[in-house]
Amino acid sequence: MTSPLHLGTLPRHRRATVEAIDWARLATPEARRLRELGFDRGVAVEVLHRARLGGGPIACRVGRMTVALRRAVAVAIAVSLDPQSSALPEPAE
Amino acid sequence: MELPPLVAMVGNPNAGKSALFNALTGARQKVGNYPGVTVERHSGRIALDDGRPVELVDLPGAYSLDPSSPDERVTRDVVTGAQAGERLPDALVVVVDASNLDNHLRFALQLIALGLPVVVALNMVDLAERDGLVLDPAALERELGVPVVATVAVRRRGLDELRERLTRTVTGEKVRRLTTSDGSIEDDIVTLQRRARQISAAATVSETPVRRWNHALDAVALHPVFGPVLLVALLFVMFQAVFSWSEAPIGWIEGGIAWIDDGVRAVMPDSILRSAITDGVIAGVGAVIVFLPQILILFLFILVLEASGYMVRAAFLMDRMMAGVGLSGRAFIPLLSSFACAVPGIMATRTIDDEKDRLTTILIAPLMTCSARLPVYTIIIGAFIPARQVLPGVGLQGLVLLGLYLMGIAGAFVAALALRRTVTKGESSGFMMEMPKYQMPRLRDVGLGLWSRTEIFLKRAGTIIALTTVVLWLLLSFPRAPAGQSQVDHSVAGRIAGGIEVVVAPIGFNRDIALALIPAMAAREVAVAAIGTVYAVDDPEQGERTIVENLQRRWTLPTALAFLMWFVFAPQCISTIAVTRRETNGWRWPLFMVGYLFATAYVMAGITYWLAVAAGL
Repeated sequence: MTSPLHLGTLPRHRRATVEAIDWARLATPEARRLRELGFDRGVAVEVLHRARLGGGPIACRVGRMTVALRRAVAVAIAVSLDPQSSALPEPAE
Repeated sequence: MELPPLVAMVGNPNAGKSALFNALTGARQKVGNYPGVTVERHSGRIALDDGRPVELVDLPGAYSLDPSSPDERVTRDVVTGAQAGERLPDALVVVVDASNLDNHLRFALQLIALGLPVVVALNMVDLAERDGLVLDPAALERELGVPVVATVAVRRRGLDELRERLTRTVTGEKVRRLTTSDGSIEDDIVTLQRRARQISAAATVSETPVRRWNHALDAVALHPVFGPVLLVALLFVMFQAVFSWSEAPIGWIEGGIAWIDDGVRAVMPDSILRSAITDGVIAGVGAVIVFLPQILILFLFILVLEASGYMVRAAFLMDRMMAGVGLSGRAFIPLLSSFACAVPGIMATRTIDDEKDRLTTILIAPLMTCSARLPVYTIIIGAFIPARQVLPGVGLQGLVLLGLYLMGIAGAFVAALALRRTVTKGESSGFMMEMPKYQMPRLRDVGLGLWSRTEIFLKRAGTIIALTTVVLWLLLSFPRAPAGQSQVDHSVAGRIAGGIEVVVAPIGFNRDIALALIPAMAAREVAVAAIGTVYAVDDPEQGERTIVENLQRRWTLPTALAFLMWFVFAPQCISTIAVTRRETNGWRWPLFMVGYLFATAYVMAGITYWLAVAAGL
């Protein structure tokens, strides 16, 4: 672990685990929706798509779901890379 | 008479709940409304194995019992027995997506904790298997402590077993009391989520990672470059299809109307009554029904885009742009639906959690060019814009039509920006959405959706539109003018229009338009029928003259252009105002909407008229 990594900076297609969620940064309804969509400490996440350079939303896999969220929310989700992720690259899409 | 037991179907969005409901009830379903809210109530009767009838009700999808939208509130209130106009269900069918148990079981656990008899439908097991996931329903049943049935709604798999388990679950005994009090319903989501994950793991036999074609599709649909290109291409095809596919069916409908009209003229002697039927009802309703094909094609695209799961991808792509005017990608879906009709569009805003975001979307939805404006645009463009080629394959008429659509969109964006800085001021809302798996839209579900649209449209044409055209015809035909005087000038409607004309004359509108504006409040498309009726009453001898010829003879080009511009902005439809009132719970916002749209329409039509006059058109 060098610099703290969050969902906003996580490279695409690298498997990671949610370390912590800074609930205080989020508005109440946002925080609730995030919980309802299954975000929690210890959950596997992966960034699948970023809409466009500079500020578009992010599509990420959480558990077995794909969820779209904005960067402002993504930065509140601290993650750590899974150690084996570099050894198991995603099949080319 | 004693009511049959009530069974509510409940589950997460995207659990395939409605498909299961459709499979169980088939065509025997009723669509109603819950009192006080505009949430649709879908219900149907089915017979249990022992012959007892049961009323099945399909509740809106929700993520938890802690509602964040009007839809989710209804779901919570029904399962807790707090919904006005609905009994406490005798049992629940909790629908979960087999390939997304981690998440869906959390809500299922909340529902089971309520204490109502429950059967869990482990739905879409085929898709889970395709994803390499093998589940054990028996293990799930042990963990949850309630019956679990594996189903594939679209292939009608597991339906018999589901009915059989339901027969045993619905005992006829009244549920005494919910075990959980309302206060403790808000169990900690995180705790429930962890339990859900444990259960999911226990019920999973094996999991083989397979390459998911879902991801392959998203790689294109959400691509930073190809994604937006694909979206624009799809929208282009959609609007193109609305015009090109509808030509033939419109011809058939026109033929049918002419045939009926000829038939009436052949069997009835020339009289006031015959004139009421042919010039009033047939001309008025006919002018509107010809647009049914275009409306259905538009809805076909929207239903398919929604059922396939693409609509959420479109929302994802549009989020950035919508954020620019203070909205979110979620607003894109209701706004796109508003191109068909603002009423379902405004109703679709219910999925937007943020109140101000939702209100802004409702207020700008009428600016999307709905299909009811098409008849007006088509006829005026046909009469006044020359069918000239501007570029190879690009006609001037088409270009003007496109311009009117773009004008509406631009107007909506400007309005959203202005509203978000004033009346709906607030923090910019977020955008967080589950992206469902891609699915092949089912013919049956799309067909049912289209059929309900057709029913609504024909009902409207047969009632509101028929009635307004008859009333207009009456007002135009009486009192009878003495020989040599204009019937329209002498009539009640003509005198009313004379008053309105004073107000609209500065923006280039003549008396015919003033006349058409009143009935057009009932439905925009009536404007065409109204103008047709005015001319039919005005010079019956020249009845052979088409509306287009009459328009060309009586209107100037600046007037026609101002009229088109008026229709881009004017909130000319009572249904839209009514649905806005229902959705915003009061008159404040619909009145505001009507005010700001009329003011904009007046100013824009005026500017258009005077610019056109100044340009010497």
